[in-house]
Amino acid sequence: MIGFNIVPLLPELFLTLTAMGFLIVGVSQGNRSTAVLTWTACLAMVIAAILLLQISWEGQTILNGMFVLDEFSGLFKLMILIGLIISLALSVDYLKVERMARFEYPVLVMLAGVGMMLMVSAGNLLALYMALELQSLSLYVLAGIHRNSPRSAEAAIKYFVLGALSSGMLLFGISLIYGFTGSIDFEVIRNTLDHAQGSTPGITVGLAFLLAGLAFKISAVPFHMWTPDVYQGAPAPVTALFAMVPKIAAFGLMLRVLFYAFLPMSGEWMQIVYFLSAASMIVGAFAALAQDNIKRLIAYSSIGNMGYALIGVVAGTPEGAGAVILYLFIYMMMTAGVFSVILCMRRQGLMAMQVSDLAGLSRHSPMMAYAMAALMFSMSGIPPLAGFFGKFFIFLAAVEQGYIALVIIGVLSSVVSAYYYLRIVKIMFFDEPADPFDRGMTLEKRVILFISVIFVIGFILKPNPIVDSAMAAAKALLL
Amino acid sequence: MIMPPILSIMIFLPVVCALMITIIRGEKGDEEIVEKNVKHLSLFGSLFVLAFALFMYVNFDKTSADFQFVEKISWLSAAGLSYHVGVDGISVYFVLLSVVLTPVCILASWNSVKTRVKEYMIAFLILESLMIGTFCALDTVLFYVFFEGVLIPMFLIIGIWGGPRRIYASFKFFLYTLLGSVLMLVALIALYVETGSTDIPALMHTTLDFEFQKWIWLAFFASFAVKMPMWPVHTWLPDAHVEAPTAGSVILAGVLLKMGGYGFLRFSLPMLPQASMYFAPLVLTLSVIAIIYASLVALVQDDMKKLIAYSSVAHMGFVTLGIFSFTEQGIEGAIFQMLSHGIISAALFLCVGVVYDRLHTRDINRYGGLAKNMPNYALVFMIFMLGSVGLPGTSGFVGEFLALVGTYKASTTFAALAATGLVLGAAYMLLLYRKVVFGPQKNKDAAAMEDLTAMEKLVLVPMALLVIYYGVFPSSVTDRVAPSAKSLLRHYEMSHEPLGYNEARLDSAPAGINKEERRSGL
Repeated sequence: MIGFNIVPLLPELFLTLTAMGFLIVGVSQGNRSTAVLTWTACLAMVIAAILLLQISWEGQTILNGMFVLDEFSGLFKLMILIGLIISLALSVDYLKVERMARFEYPVLVMLAGVGMMLMVSAGNLLALYMALELQSLSLYVLAGIHRNSPRSAEAAIKYFVLGALSSGMLLFGISLIYGFTGSIDFEVIRNTLDHAQGSTPGITVGLAFLLAGLAFKISAVPFHMWTPDVYQGAPAPVTALFAMVPKIAAFGLMLRVLFYAFLPMSGEWMQIVYFLSAASMIVGAFAALAQDNIKRLIAYSSIGNMGYALIGVVAGTPEGAGAVILYLFIYMMMTAGVFSVILCMRRQGLMAMQVSDLAGLSRHSPMMAYAMAALMFSMSGIPPLAGFFGKFFIFLAAVEQGYIALVIIGVLSSVVSAYYYLRIVKIMFFDEPADPFDRGMTLEKRVILFISVIFVIGFILKPNPIVDSAMAAAKALLL
Repeated sequence: MIMPPILSIMIFLPVVCALMITIIRGEKGDEEIVEKNVKHLSLFGSLFVLAFALFMYVNFDKTSADFQFVEKISWLSAAGLSYHVGVDGISVYFVLLSVVLTPVCILASWNSVKTRVKEYMIAFLILESLMIGTFCALDTVLFYVFFEGVLIPMFLIIGIWGGPRRIYASFKFFLYTLLGSVLMLVALIALYVETGSTDIPALMHTTLDFEFQKWIWLAFFASFAVKMPMWPVHTWLPDAHVEAPTAGSVILAGVLLKMGGYGFLRFSLPMLPQASMYFAPLVLTLSVIAIIYASLVALVQDDMKKLIAYSSVAHMGFVTLGIFSFTEQGIEGAIFQMLSHGIISAALFLCVGVVYDRLHTRDINRYGGLAKNMPNYALVFMIFMLGSVGLPGTSGFVGEFLALVGTYKASTTFAALAATGLVLGAAYMLLLYRKVVFGPQKNKDAAAMEDLTAMEKLVLVPMALLVIYYGVFPSSVTDRVAPSAKSLLRHYEMSHEPLGYNEARLDSAPAGINKEERRSGL
């Protein structure tokens, strides 16, 4: 038995222990402590990120292959932590105003975070499933954390029931794969597939089920039905969390499963992902046209965006994987800014969630309106903003592999989706002003919006560090 | 002599000015002072850019066809993109056009824009940066970034400061152009994947497979044809022009439409010679349809801006005709026509703006007899009107004449059909002029309008002088353009020769281009 190396697990362990400590504090101090705990949780994540940066990302595998820390999972963990810090910071004020400050909130976010970090590090199917369930269960509860709101409860139940279904499919797929390859370890699966003469129908079916389960998590069409309802019903900061982080983790998982374990079967999964990608882009673009609720609109927009990210998966190259990572990071930064604006939409003490409630924002708070406009143009992929470069690298990777038709579907649906992003700009700038929102932005929202907009506008000036690290991470995965 | 990075200064100076404007603030009650400072800052900023541009123009080596003032810095290394800018004899004039028209726009909106002055000026300054960048970019993706980025400020200009149907117009403008451009993006990426380069000068010397060329050409065409705009994808233009504020129309007609023509000259012709040859009959046909159809539509317009918008479609038809005649005269004529149209149509929109500011209507029938109460206006309007008609002695004549000579060498039929456009052009412009300036003074309020103010003279008189100057001394432009136009075509002949210019195929095309005739033009 080799010595047990715990170092690569340090960030996760630290977060888990802190979360448990928070539970004790919460029990003794009650819900009064929520604000302090939330800020402390942010701090804990910063510390976890620092820990993560201190340890080596040189392909360390521990726990008999269950846990892998390489450049790929390291970068994903960093993105997850950034996303979680932002979404926690966005929620403090909301929890207080809506009188739903429960001390479990930061604890659940942290546990979901641990789950996501383990997901991207999973080295075998069992670790994959456990990590996925840890994050899913925490997220189900978070969706329903506003106990007095029927919508929130409805969202949680919907999410839970459909999530359980997808977990079932995932497990079924895993059992088939285990049955046909004789192992749950990614490395062994890959070697087995490498040596097998062609794939058997059994393992193809298993892979299809596994992919269906994962597609549910990233809300790719046709497994997207839950997204609009859950986004709309969940409390706004939880929606922000859903929109930013879990999909990154699910993509990390998906990339490792497809690009590492099942690379020999790329011919099979490429067709499935191709379909998921095209359908998501088309549905995301057209369905969002008819939405009046801004959270539903963001839900469909995120479905569409996941479709774009999937193009990079279809490409099946290191460049494709790198483009996916870059795309997800840019998307997360834009979403953070968008939600810092959405969380300010409050009139007479209630959240005003119609798109039309943004009317005349440019009159009352011009800076906020301009920031939001920049984010919307970026989301629709207009250069020179960051969103364009995300799409550019995705398309580049796909064209290199000859997937021209998919790219053309992509650019055409981006024109359709430009319409609803422009509609938001139109409402803010061209329409007659409605009443102003209750109060201005709180400090943390200002900071997040500022960072997000600076990122979106400034990306063009210094794109290399971010692009290069995304590409390097992708290379580490495919080595 | 070590040159300063003059193109970068020109590209980024307006952005710096825009950033400075954002920090101009005042106490409550100081709004007027703030507005005044904003206007002055943007005017002087754009004049500084103009000064740099003139400096560049003076130092431009007119005998060379190479790119000059070149700067190249690695930018996005993962995709091999670089910040590569430079100008040649073709682009130098488009840069000049952009920097001349921006201060004109700022002056034109000095008194007419009253709401959100700060944002308005920022939008125009950023637009200036993007326009200069589009014409200077020597990297395909950099070009795309500037080319497409133009949509954002223009969308806001039409949508915020536009007329009653501004929302419809701004959306139509944005989505039409975006639809064309994204296809070009796919083509640019495919080009990069195929050749491994995004460098425009390098791509100009790359020979591509014919089948591949055809697809890329179509994708470029989708983008440039919408931007030009060519029939039948021109329908966004009348709406955008009618709803945009005066300065918005000026930039739209003056510079943005030229991006399409510039794109043909920079991408389609040098990079895809065989495909350009192959599709030339299509372009020529569409151009002739545009000339005749748009002129006929212009004849029946009651809205002054709409009339000029349709006349733009017709004039752009001459540009595409000239470009795709593949003759030196044709290409020089196309470039000249774009420059001259840039000045003339911009000035015509300003003329419409002058009376619109006074009477707040663009209905031709509401005016009449302005010659009596606005003699100075009648004079400058006449110069621009005649320029648009193409009267010898104005710059409009040179461009159309050269384009037609080039076309005639390529195909008599197309030249003859296009020439009817000249007659129709004279008809609708003279009709417009007669209804507005001559005739009885039908309406009291129109008869009571004041003549040009000093500010309006300051803007319009130099432009009128330019129209006449370039009409009398066209060689000041053509001398600088000629080397680049020649190199475009020389490269052209070399690259299509091995393929064999198939006469049988061309004869079957709608009105073939005669090989011998075309040769004699080279």
